[in-house]
Amino acid sequence: MPEFITELLTNHPWLIVAIKVLGVFAVVMPMVAYSVVAERRISAFIQDRVGPNRVGIPFTNIKLLGLGQPLADGLKSFLKEDFTPGHVKRIYYWMAPAVSMTPSFIVFAVIPFGSMLGMQKMVIADLNVGILFTFGIVSLGVYGIVLAGYSANSKYPFLGGIRSSAQMISYEIAMGMSVVPVFMLAADPAWRDGLTSDWKAYLEGTGLLNLSSVVAYQSDSLFSWLIFKQPIAFWIFLISIFAETNRLPFDLPESETELVSGYNTEYSSMRFALFFMGEYAAMIAGSALMVVLFCGGWTLPFGEYFNTPAQGLVQGIIHILVFIGKIAVFLGLMIWVRWMLPRFRYDQLMNIGWKRFLPVSLANIILTAIVLWAAA
Amino acid sequence: MKVKRAKLSWLERLYIPSILNGFKVTMRHFFSWKRSEVYADKQSNFAAKTTMQYPEEKWPVPTGYRGAPYLVKDVDNSTKCVSCQLCEFVCPPKAIRITPPGRDGDVDREGAEKMPEAFDINMLRCIYCGFCQEVCPEEAIFLLKDYVITGENREELIYDKEKLLSLGGLDQRAYNHHVQEGVDEGIKKWEKKTQDAKNQAEFH
Repeated sequence: MPEFITELLTNHPWLIVAIKVLGVFAVVMPMVAYSVVAERRISAFIQDRVGPNRVGIPFTNIKLLGLGQPLADGLKSFLKEDFTPGHVKRIYYWMAPAVSMTPSFIVFAVIPFGSMLGMQKMVIADLNVGILFTFGIVSLGVYGIVLAGYSANSKYPFLGGIRSSAQMISYEIAMGMSVVPVFMLAADPAWRDGLTSDWKAYLEGTGLLNLSSVVAYQSDSLFSWLIFKQPIAFWIFLISIFAETNRLPFDLPESETELVSGYNTEYSSMRFALFFMGEYAAMIAGSALMVVLFCGGWTLPFGEYFNTPAQGLVQGIIHILVFIGKIAVFLGLMIWVRWMLPRFRYDQLMNIGWKRFLPVSLANIILTAIVLWAAA
Repeated sequence: MKVKRAKLSWLERLYIPSILNGFKVTMRHFFSWKRSEVYADKQSNFAAKTTMQYPEEKWPVPTGYRGAPYLVKDVDNSTKCVSCQLCEFVCPPKAIRITPPGRDGDVDREGAEKMPEAFDINMLRCIYCGFCQEVCPEEAIFLLKDYVITGENREELIYDKEKLLSLGGLDQRAYNHHVQEGVDEGIKKWEKKTQDAKNQAEFH
């Protein structure tokens, strides 16, 4: 690296953060675009159709299995009329898409999406309260939907907004409770002594609630992944993520069949696209959380090269790719489930949230506590 | 009305068996490409989705299908139309316009008194009713297989005589397209109509 760049970066540490933010944005946005394509193609194949397979490289006949579709989609939403109905509450109507999209992007700030690249930890904000921050931000997402429902000033969006608020609150509690056992295991100071010196250097100065620390806890072997140690917690967390991101068995705020399009009925053009991108970014953020908390983050249990912090550039990039690959698996699962399960009825949704998941997750906490106490 | 809800067993209320079942069904559809009953040509091809990849694949047009009306030629490659203007008269949307040759028009086959000087069909007006084919005493106009009629402007879609003749081709092809049950070759309209008339006479 040339001298002056090194100097610039050491004198202005915020530049590094800015570069990381841009980097994450540059990776997440295409992922959003291509998860939309994946959604359409997978749904088509499940329903014996072929899906969008025409758009390839513009102005050529190269079709690339329809991988140029995001271009066409983006262009289309830019060219559509940005219509504001006369009966809406304007300020909230304008705010809502941004409020629903930004939280899903902010979540990426604390997620360790790789080990090291050069001398930099691959996490934008290495917060010691990472998981609390995540829950705080994720729950902001509901305001966008509620605002959209309220500001649209018509009945279907309003119903969607109401449903969303009830749904999000009930599933957030179960979700929060389900990760407590994860931290009961991972936030135990004892296991850190057994780590290699690489890991110790990497975790220097981080707290026990730090998400990198959870990754370190799972780096040992396949069966130290928390998905195997805490299957009940994982199951509840997975389903809560479905509910949080309004994905199909729980897409009551949107439910096309009964509420037209729910909270975003009155939106068109790029504002609608913002909601759409927000939904997919939330899916990616949720998948990233599941990967970090339950599936070993960027590590793979295939020896030193994959499960200790990277020394070189190539290793660092491989770790990032491993992380993206794991996210892709979860995205595939979420997309698949959408075309597999019918929507839950409203009372069933509430039943599952309050009467099943909450008690089960509490029981799981107690169970974990008993096991830990017996082991100690 | 009170809907009776079936009592679910403990296992069913876990939803897990039905979720696994759902995976099984969706997997089957995802990987085994279902054969379709609609597209006859695809029956032989196992790897077919129900979607028809339109411009590359097209419907097999059934015999007797009423597509665009074209003029046909006989085996000697001469025009069959004799400019009687019956089709022009019968055409409900007035899509056909025939210019008769006048007193000294050219004739390109023996036995014909006259040929149309111009024969235009406006494909934008045509409703594919088939009256022209029905009324034509010379079996010179047929509704053939074409159903995709496109153009960049309205003038382009008014087909003139040369274009209609070249699109129509030989009359044998048109006969084959309109093959009827129990008749060996072509429709042989007048043969059949004569037979019908005879039968009617016998009946009375």
